[in-house]
Amino acid sequence: MDVFFQQLVNGLTVGSLYALIALGYTMVYGILKIINFAHGDILMIGTFIGLVLVMNFHLAFVPALLLAMFITALMGILVERLAYRPVRAADKLIALLSALGVSIFLVNFAQLVWGTETHPFPVNISGEPIILGEVHIGTLQIWALGVSLLLMVGLHFFVNHTKMGVAMRATSFNVDYARLMGINVDNIISITFAIGSALAAAAGILIGVYYDAVYPVMGYSAGLKAFTAAVLGGIGSIPGAMLGGLLLGVLENEGAAYLSSGYKDAIAFALLIIILLIKPTGLMGRREQQKV
Amino acid sequence: MLELKNVMVNYGVIPALKSISFKVEEGEIVTLIGANGAGKSTILKAICGLIKLKGGAITYQGDTISGMGAHLIIRRGISQVPEGRGIFANLTVEENLGLGAYVRKDKAEINRNLKVVYDRFPRLFERRKQVGGTLSGGEQQMLAIGRALMAAPKLLLLDEPSMGLAPLVVKEIFKIIKEINQTGTTILLVEQNARMALSVANRGYVMETGQIISHGTARELRDNEDVKKAYLGH
Repeated sequence: MDVFFQQLVNGLTVGSLYALIALGYTMVYGILKIINFAHGDILMIGTFIGLVLVMNFHLAFVPALLLAMFITALMGILVERLAYRPVRAADKLIALLSALGVSIFLVNFAQLVWGTETHPFPVNISGEPIILGEVHIGTLQIWALGVSLLLMVGLHFFVNHTKMGVAMRATSFNVDYARLMGINVDNIISITFAIGSALAAAAGILIGVYYDAVYPVMGYSAGLKAFTAAVLGGIGSIPGAMLGGLLLGVLENEGAAYLSSGYKDAIAFALLIIILLIKPTGLMGRREQQKV
Repeated sequence: MLELKNVMVNYGVIPALKSISFKVEEGEIVTLIGANGAGKSTILKAICGLIKLKGGAITYQGDTISGMGAHLIIRRGISQVPEGRGIFANLTVEENLGLGAYVRKDKAEINRNLKVVYDRFPRLFERRKQVGGTLSGGEQQMLAIGRALMAAPKLLLLDEPSMGLAPLVVKEIFKIIKEINQTGTTILLVEQNARMALSVANRGYVMETGQIISHGTARELRDNEDVKKAYLGH
């Protein structure tokens, strides 16, 4: 049982990070009905920004995290303005191509500036690990879990209990109806990209610190896993993304422990295929249906 | 108060509105009647800035509003209950009503307004924590109208408020429309149910395939032989 609980802790840690990233996919999909395939690369840039703030500007971890989130949020807004807004009225396929273009650009940009090699992410993080019997919860795990939980609670509050959050949910239900309420949909879209990108930066930095590795293509695997989590939970659903992320993290880690660690990724993507076959709307997704 | 001058709208290459001109004066109930696909809903969408004009202009209280963003038009006191009611099925009744007042800042006034809406529609008060999608068709229509009233509009646009509702509910809805008008709100009413529409309206315009083919006071239209034959069923 110790193995089970240890893997549960490990799974929840990674899963909470998947969830943070999945939220960006799901929120953007909810409003624009597009998959932002550059999301993982926005995460990567956010992580490098965090690294630069720590290494070159000697910021402490928390201020660096917050500042990186802020800068990445602005970058997210910029990406939407430049790459998605001009093609919003066009076919969804065009937006997809645009996203791939942004993805390629960001990876190449990072390679140009920081090289192709893997950078360590050394930070001074304080705190004692928690040891429960044989189960060991490391300091970094506590931080990763704590920060992502805090961000998710914050997001939940924003979306459900602020005027802007309600407007965001309304826009994700129907853009034209939202316009008729006087909601400036362009602003809502900007804010959605800002929040999604900030959460991705936070997740990326925590991943970078957790694995002590930052590199230009780190967004691919993180992005793909989180995308799976978003689909698992039901794309477009915010609680779904949170649940999907945690579930994927746990299943992946338990699977690796009991089957073979080599199957870790296979488990995630097998899960994606199964979900798409059995319940394409995901665990908490809603069918696009209206009462007339 | 509202004037459309030679308004043209295309869907792709297909003309949906071919040079529409009409006026709504302050305090009136004006109705647009006509068959399905005549372009009635398109006119309401064009007024609110949801679709672009191909030609012509729309003025409201002396200002040209065509070409402006929808959110800016709504801010001027125009509110629309769209076709199919347009409620947010994923939001609670209370959140739906709150969004009606999205562009207003006067908290106290909004709360007073909310009470007026709940007094008028006690059913909505009972269901204020329920999501919109769980309401019946009639309740959804009440929610849609209540939400539009939360904007305290000067001009209310209604798109087929009778659609899909039982005759008794339709009667109730039209009674409410009349009451709303008596409190000083100007109303532009789009209807297929010409009989009901002409019973509350001051004036009406008859549409056919993107054009206005006749207009007059409600009484004139009720007595018009062509209108009778085509829309009043005898």
